[in-house]
Amino acid sequence: MYKVKVYVTLRERVLDPQGAAIKQSLEHLGYREVKEVRAGKFLELLVEPSGRDLDAIIQEVCGRVLANPVIEDYRYEIEECVAP
Amino acid sequence: MKFAVIVFPGSNCDVDMFHAIQDALGEEAEYVRHDADNLDAFDGILLPGGFSYGDYLRSGAIARFSPVMQAVIKAAEEGKPVLGVCNGFQILLESGLLPGAMLRNAGLKFVCKTVSLQVENASTMFTSLYEEGETIRIPVAHGEGNYYCDAETLEKLKENGQIVFTYRDNPNGSIANIAGIVNEKGNVLGMMPHPERAVETLLGSQDGLKLFKSIVKNWRESHAVIA
Repeated sequence: MYKVKVYVTLRERVLDPQGAAIKQSLEHLGYREVKEVRAGKFLELLVEPSGRDLDAIIQEVCGRVLANPVIEDYRYEIEECVAP
Repeated sequence: MKFAVIVFPGSNCDVDMFHAIQDALGEEAEYVRHDADNLDAFDGILLPGGFSYGDYLRSGAIARFSPVMQAVIKAAEEGKPVLGVCNGFQILLESGLLPGAMLRNAGLKFVCKTVSLQVENASTMFTSLYEEGETIRIPVAHGEGNYYCDAETLEKLKENGQIVFTYRDNPNGSIANIAGIVNEKGNVLGMMPHPERAVETLLGSQDGLKLFKSIVKNWRESHAVIA
């Protein structure tokens, strides 16, 4: 079994109103060291081995569903794990 | 003319849309569930607002994979008028029937008010009863209506006259003040403002009614029986 950790973030050129609001709030709390916040999504997928290439499956799933390529980028990490 | 009002789990403007078609416009409307797979019996397709599938992942991201969306894509390819309002617009973007994507409102607020729109293109099948440049009053209600596309797509939208409505006073930060766009073929319109909520004076504005009347007029003209 594989645990796939997927990180979806807004593309760099795309403004992130949510991240900007969080940053502002941190500033109000006195954390002036924090210069930027970008909000994104973290998804964990449990994937069973099959005849298909795991990277191909994950890239397809990310490109079609988990991320919207117009505004988002994704990256992922694969870990082997025991079935729960 | 017979309209399908598509109902996804979490749609909440479906009843308004049905009311606008049947009572204000005087045409036929029928609710069609998200798991239906055939829309052949309908002349026009309406995707109402709401929070389909809880807006999980992204607005419209899950709804686009509903069985009914294959039928909506087929209807669009056949040239039938397809109108997506608010969440319906978001679904059209996610499904690729329209270019671009939605971001959260720039001001972070959920905006719920009547806004002034400018009719940028009055030669579409959705807007032919409006005057070009006319200002109309239509309500908006959304948290993610900040339309975004890359510079190349925006150029194409402008060149082809695909920008149909713009905000006079942009409530959400959308690029080029875009409130509604059509596809290249001109039969798929997505817009954040709710024309179905502006179909009688009791609701504060009747300005949305002309949009539905335009659809019917153009459909009648293209389906006129030559005697």
